[in-house]
Amino acid sequence: MFKEDTVPAKADPLLFLLGPVIVVLPVFLSYLIVPFGQNIVMTDVGTGVFLWIALSSVVPIGLLMSGYASNNKYSLLGGLRAAAQSISYELPLALSVLAIVMMSNSLSTIDIVQQQSGYGILGWNIWRQPVGFLIFWIAALAECERIPFDLPEAEEELVAGYQTEYSGMKFALFYIGSYVNLVLSALMFAILYLGGWEFPVSVSAIAGAIGVSETTPWLQVLTATLGIVTTLLKAYFLLFLAVLMRWTVPRVRIDQLLDLGWKFLLPISLVNLLLTAGLKLAFPVAFGG
Amino acid sequence: MNLAEGVQIVSFGILAVMMLGSAFGVVLLGNVVYSAFLLAGVFISMSGLYLLLNADFVAAAQILIYVGAVNVLILFAIMLVNKRQDFVMVPRIWIRQVATALVCVGIFALLGTMVVTTPWAIVTTMPVGDASIVKIGLHFFSDFLLPFELASMLLLMALIGAVVLARREFLPEATLEPGDADALTLPERPRELLTTGRSDSTIQ
Repeated sequence: MFKEDTVPAKADPLLFLLGPVIVVLPVFLSYLIVPFGQNIVMTDVGTGVFLWIALSSVVPIGLLMSGYASNNKYSLLGGLRAAAQSISYELPLALSVLAIVMMSNSLSTIDIVQQQSGYGILGWNIWRQPVGFLIFWIAALAECERIPFDLPEAEEELVAGYQTEYSGMKFALFYIGSYVNLVLSALMFAILYLGGWEFPVSVSAIAGAIGVSETTPWLQVLTATLGIVTTLLKAYFLLFLAVLMRWTVPRVRIDQLLDLGWKFLLPISLVNLLLTAGLKLAFPVAFGG
Repeated sequence: MNLAEGVQIVSFGILAVMMLGSAFGVVLLGNVVYSAFLLAGVFISMSGLYLLLNADFVAAAQILIYVGAVNVLILFAIMLVNKRQDFVMVPRIWIRQVATALVCVGIFALLGTMVVTTPWAIVTTMPVGDASIVKIGLHFFSDFLLPFELASMLLLMALIGAVVLARREFLPEATLEPGDADALTLPERPRELLTTGRSDSTIQ
């Protein structure tokens, strides 16, 4: 019974089907730009992280579509809330990514990781963007609708938000999209702030110290393996944090959510951007001039 | 991006059909929500055309701004305003219709002459590709500075206007007489313009 794919009688069948598809597609498309090593990436597009931000801005349309097509007031309210939430948290997210891009002089994810490499854990962007990474993490949690910000499906108020009328595989698509998006956000956090595939101790420095050439085949295989494992470990650590938060933090109210986004995170991320620009001009050595 | 010519022609054809089809749908469909969703289809096909022209930054910006922001706002406006009211004939509606027709014909003529008179030369130099972001930035801060700043002023004006509109107080519908208000306007509580110094909520 729970697996039967039902469409409500008064629903709009076409939009009802298209909604979850539009929610899932951009998330999977964004994996194009996630690098696991110097050359272990699907495509190194020049627009890089900008592509991720642009694609993630398509998701609200799918949410609005499924909310509207369900022909149910809770679904419509949930869809509107979800879209409002992702629009208002996209701005701080984009601004904190912009500060990173400004330091790396490139939108490409490979260049962003390259710029953090060389000094091991000390070179990671998290030390240079102490405010930016907090803004990014809060905004990313809100974009994924994780628990402190899971307003769109607040079950005490809205039954299940825009998912109320969905069942079977269409319902599963929403959950697939949500969790894949969470993994994607964790990977992007690891790439932007935790040095991507870089091991906490610089591997090339150790290899140089014990006298192994960079072009040795077994060293290259080892570096690539270490890169993939490191990226995944960092992402899993962040996933752990997200799940930990789920059991720790209560849900915020919708007005608190929008206040936090527009009146707190947005001004702070603007100030962070301005500070980064100033520091870049003042200390070009440390902030990638 | 290097695509074979056949692939380019086929994708151009698909994108053009998609764009024209959804554009006609936007204009002709009766349900305004469908029109809004199809508008997203138009914008996405346009960004596909930009991709074919090797302008990947413009394509991503098109998706971010038009699909992610403009179209979502249009959908919001449609879905939040569900005030059902009877169709009221506005007096002298034909002035509005004639004016709309004039503006549409004017824009079409303007764009048509622009297309016809522009000497479309085929560029022989290599497309810049990923370096296009740098070029766009340089143009924005040199020879296109004035349009860029004007656009930002326009957005600022829209922002302030939205704040002013959002702070209005409407009278509840129940207290109104049927013939009290004009069609197409909402009854509004008159307000003083210079109330910024104190908090209204504590006084009323």
